[in-house]
Amino acid sequence: MEADTIFVACAAGFGGDRFDASGPLIDHLSTCSGPRYLIFETLAERTLAIAQNQMLRGDGPGYSEFLERYLEPVLADCQKAGIKIVTNLGAANVAGAGTRARQLADELGLRDFKIALVEGDDLLSVTSEEAISEMATMEGNLIERPLVGANVYLGARPIAEALRLGADLVITGRCTDAALTLGPVVHEFEVSDEDMHMLAAGTLAGHLLECGPQVTGAYYADPPYKNVPDLANVGYPVGEIGRDGDVVITKPCGTGGLVSEGTVKEQILYEMHDPANYLTPDVTLDVSQVNVAQTGPDRVRLRGAAGKPPPATLKATVSMDAGFLGEAEMSYAGPNARARAELAIEILRRRFQRLAITCPVRFDILGVSSIFDDDRGTLRAGEAGAGDGDFRVRVAARSDDKDELERVALEVYSLWVTGPAGGAGFRKQLSSKVKTASVLVDPALPDVSVRLV
Amino acid sequence: MEQREDEGPLHWFAHARAGDKGNSVNISVIPYHAGAYEHLLTEVTVDRVRTLLGHRAIGAVNRYEVPGLPALNFVIEDALEGGVNLSLGLDGHGKSLSFRILTMPVSIPIKFAHEAALE
Repeated sequence: MEADTIFVACAAGFGGDRFDASGPLIDHLSTCSGPRYLIFETLAERTLAIAQNQMLRGDGPGYSEFLERYLEPVLADCQKAGIKIVTNLGAANVAGAGTRARQLADELGLRDFKIALVEGDDLLSVTSEEAISEMATMEGNLIERPLVGANVYLGARPIAEALRLGADLVITGRCTDAALTLGPVVHEFEVSDEDMHMLAAGTLAGHLLECGPQVTGAYYADPPYKNVPDLANVGYPVGEIGRDGDVVITKPCGTGGLVSEGTVKEQILYEMHDPANYLTPDVTLDVSQVNVAQTGPDRVRLRGAAGKPPPATLKATVSMDAGFLGEAEMSYAGPNARARAELAIEILRRRFQRLAITCPVRFDILGVSSIFDDDRGTLRAGEAGAGDGDFRVRVAARSDDKDELERVALEVYSLWVTGPAGGAGFRKQLSSKVKTASVLVDPALPDVSVRLV
Repeated sequence: MEQREDEGPLHWFAHARAGDKGNSVNISVIPYHAGAYEHLLTEVTVDRVRTLLGHRAIGAVNRYEVPGLPALNFVIEDALEGGVNLSLGLDGHGKSLSFRILTMPVSIPIKFAHEAALE
């Protein structure tokens, strides 16, 4: 019998998301009748760049460092319940992720467990750095060689093909987050390239699910304006996609969180520019006329997503080395602490001049103004404010030269003995950075392959 | 029926979420009551958004109307001083900027405020 509804549950919205979210989702899916999928979305723009950097330095597997923690607890239960898994845990090394997942399945004693890999997002395997650097850029920085990586956003078709081959687990690298959901929709409903209505519905569902609990009450609470119960036990989302194009977002019984019109509306527009033209390789999604209705407790129905053909080009993210970020902090508290914090910054500015620190440096005072401010501290300068309190001086600098950042941090450190009275709680941190740019790619260029391993 | 216009922060009347893309940020503004939407159209303007973020070297600000929800969606170019990869600031994603927008003083009938604002 052909299914009227498919069920897609999202157990991770970013790499490092809670590892115990999948249990209630598998229990929930086990009560649903129809095709059921569990997805893990773990690949932000910078996550892939970090994985590539690790591969280059030889100190990481290239696939998600969390692969075991997400997959090991669910493989047996999913196979038993007939739930298929789709994930981009492959990151910069899909083949390696497949090998590791196969080991896990073997260790668990799973039989006839089929793993499919979607590869071909890596542009450096089909063209040169030089050719990539000459591609038209959409946003971000100019392209400077050497590149750390260049990965094109694949769509839902390769995932649907992997499912057609009978995969129980599909592992991808870079693909659109929504494709993890649209792939199953395309496969189960045999959606054609011309069926804009279903492509739009599946993409909207995928867009809502891709950040996990951000649609079920997480990242939403603002009490008493927006109350969300039991976030410590927040339920991750389940999407129900109907053959008619209706989408329902819900969550497992007995979990915390909230599915309301408000939580869903915030997530519809999350990371969206023109709501009538959300570009993906599968469809151009228009959410401007979507109707959102609460149809039951923790059940919200979306109707009216529209689609137009996708753009003629694919989008790729190019990542490049961006040196290092150095940060150092020192606190001042109690009477007249603001003045002491400002004095610390004044001392540091003069010391950095004397030490010929030429890299960009930013100063914040946490407790006065930091998060909304700009690099010049414009808002802080306008905040006279009380002089007493609990303030933390933060210094941030960016440079290709680690030693320069170390000199910056040591100057903050030396405020212990050279700075204003009562400095306390010094901390410092150095992190390597990757910058990205987006380029337009001819769809014929990537060599996309789907294979069972 | 006479309508009392009340000055208050946008936070009384709407909620918001910010998301980044490169060096730009989008911020949705969603009214608690659908009836406030027409007031948001006249109160929450591109110029006022620009003023709240004007201390940064922002580029173009676009406002998209989403009548189906209803909601507004602002896209502010070059708002993130380098974005998540390059920013020297603590909030390279610009995630907190939704609450910067919610500080905007607006004049909207108080009946459209969230009940928590009236207590």
